[in-house]
Amino acid sequence: MPKSVLYTVETRKKLTHDTYELNLSGDTSAITKPGQFVNILLDGLFLRRPLSVCDWDDGTLRLIFKVVGDGTRQLAKVRPGDTLDTLTGLGNGYTLTGRAPILIGGGVGIPPMYALAKAYLRKCVLPRIFLGFRSPDDAFYIDEFRELGCETAAAYGSTLVTDLIRDRQPAYDHYCACGPEPMLKAVAKMCRGVGELSFEARMGCGFGACVGCTCRTLTGNKRICVEGPVMRSDEIDWEAL
Amino acid sequence: MDTKITLSGLTLDNPIIPASGTFGFGREFAAFYDLDILGSFCLKGTTREPRYGNPLPRIAECPSGMLNAVGLQNPGVDAVIEQELPEVAKIFRKPVIANISGFSIDEYAEVAAKFDACAQVGILEINISCPNVHAGGMAFGTDPKSAFEVTQAVKKVTRKPVYMKLSPNTADIARVAKACEDAGADGISLINTLLGMRLDLRKRRPLLANVTGGLSGPAVFPIAVRMVCQVARAVRVPIIGMGGVSCARDVIELMMAGATAVEVGAANLRDPYACPKIIEALPGVMREYQIEKLSDIIGCAVKE
Ligand SMILES: Cc1cc2nc3c(=O)[nH]c(=O)nc-3n(C[C@H](O)[C@H](O)[C@H](O)COP(=O)(O)OP(=O)(O)OC[C@H]3O[C@@H](n4cnc5c(N)ncnc54)[C@H](O)[C@@H]3O)c2cc1C
Ligand SMILES: Cc1cc2nc3c(=O)[nH]c(=O)nc-3n(C[C@H](O)[C@H](O)[C@H](O)COP(=O)(O)O)c2cc1C
Ligand code: FES
Repeated sequence: MPKSVLYTVETRKKLTHDTYELNLSGDTSAITKPGQFVNILLDGLFLRRPLSVCDWDDGTLRLIFKVVGDGTRQLAKVRPGDTLDTLTGLGNGYTLTGRAPILIGGGVGIPPMYALAKAYLRKCVLPRIFLGFRSPDDAFYIDEFRELGCETAAAYGSTLVTDLIRDRQPAYDHYCACGPEPMLKAVAKMCRGVGELSFEARMGCGFGACVGCTCRTLTGNKRICVEGPVMRSDEIDWEAL
Repeated sequence: MDTKITLSGLTLDNPIIPASGTFGFGREFAAFYDLDILGSFCLKGTTREPRYGNPLPRIAECPSGMLNAVGLQNPGVDAVIEQELPEVAKIFRKPVIANISGFSIDEYAEVAAKFDACAQVGILEINISCPNVHAGGMAFGTDPKSAFEVTQAVKKVTRKPVYMKLSPNTADIARVAKACEDAGADGISLINTLLGMRLDLRKRRPLLANVTGGLSGPAVFPIAVRMVCQVARAVRVPIIGMGGVSCARDVIELMMAGATAVEVGAANLRDPYACPKIIEALPGVMREYQIEKLSDIIGCAVKE
């Protein structure tokens, strides 16, 4: 169930030239699964900005974002003590299926993989991590994943995460991915079995009211903000996206 | 403080009504607050057949507002009546407003006839102003003659009050309103969204898959005030005013311009508590402007 929460900024950290980590404090009770997102109201902007939950516990929330426009530029300037009007606990999240999952993240699709890795670990399942970055300068969180104890591999530039997976030949029984659509498509094409993919859409509300984010799937219309952002790879109609 | 108003015999506790397409069938908002505090609410625009609507992206940010090109996604009138209305009844005990769209005069009449049989529905709002579909929709609402014909066809099949929802994308909205009144409309709703467009500068292409979309939000409020005023001068039937309303002061302003009730649209998407906040603020703002009875101010600023 979504909730409206006023979070307080605790820390802001620059991870790369254009990517930031924010640690917030406030009520996180609406967040129940990795892969869910929050939607943040910013000064002077009409629509909220959706960002994935990167990590959370009782009372704290971590987000990672890349500066791409007005909203994220403003977010990169917040200071400790500032408050953020946020809708939290949005979307469905990952199901934590499998005993040997691989988690695949590309660019700003990486943040939700961190909470997902931790959630698998709590179930005593050790996921393997595959990350894709535009260049070594854009890389972040490789060490954080390794510190969790996960074997973590990274691909840069023209080497794609799918190349990496093809090279390493990991044994897996499930896969979860978040990243740009071409990456999701390549992953779904290459990986065996049914996986979970997280999609983006421009959102009017983020809580299911406007149907601004509805996509067609093989199992019917789905609002990416409610019945997504995580969808099963076998329900995606790649032609209709 | 008396916030009651009456629309064609239907008395509402207050004039605040979430606008069609920004409130779904109420479910999402029931997770945030008790919907019974609302005057009424408008159901998602409904057509005869189920519709997916337009491809993504359908939404774009704008200065003080947003573009949408949803394109009337809805499950079709039969599913709305059989599946959605019973669910609505569980979360809202007052009459709702059904919002009807069509691609032909027959379709409007057929959908209206089906809603006529629903006790839960207090008013039919006939959307002849959707800018996001390529046939029908707005075409019926920009020309007085076809607006007259749709109104007449709908009036024939229902005894419920019929409110015609007009488009601001027309040269003379007062003439269209007058045509609806002449055809027997019980009221006028306005405004729907204004036709707009944004580009994706990186891709050098239109941002919305539909190319154009409807602008709503605070950016359109002055246009809504102007048009409500023009229509109030042209017709005697009640007006439901909307367009960019985001606070209690806006409600007072639209009512002084001639609206009997006010719909709140895009503001609900930005802040799910937009309507409860407005309703809560209303008595204080009434006091500030020495308003005892809200219905006293309807059209007070535009009477000649
Ligand atoms: C479920 C979900 C989770 C996301 N998680 C993350 C995350 O963890 N980290 C991160 O860096 N980014 C994430 N994004 C993308 C992020 O929402 C956009 O980068 C951000 O909204 C851009 O806002 P802006 O004002 O800086 O850019 P502008 O281009 O100025 O934004 C204009 C409008 O377009 C929308 N928009 C622009 N790009 C996107 C996009 N890629 N997806 C959806 N809407 C967009 C904005 O929300 C805004 O309404 C996520 C998107 C979704 C849908
Ligand atoms: C996402 C969205 C969907 C809408 N869908 C409908 C609809 O189905 N039928 C309709 O009559 N109007 C629809 N509208 C128009 C609104 O009901 C309202 O007339 C308009 O948005 C102006 O009010 P606002 O500025 O408060 O949003 C929609 C508006 C938005 C933003
Ligand atoms: S963004 Fe409004 S329904 Fe998904």
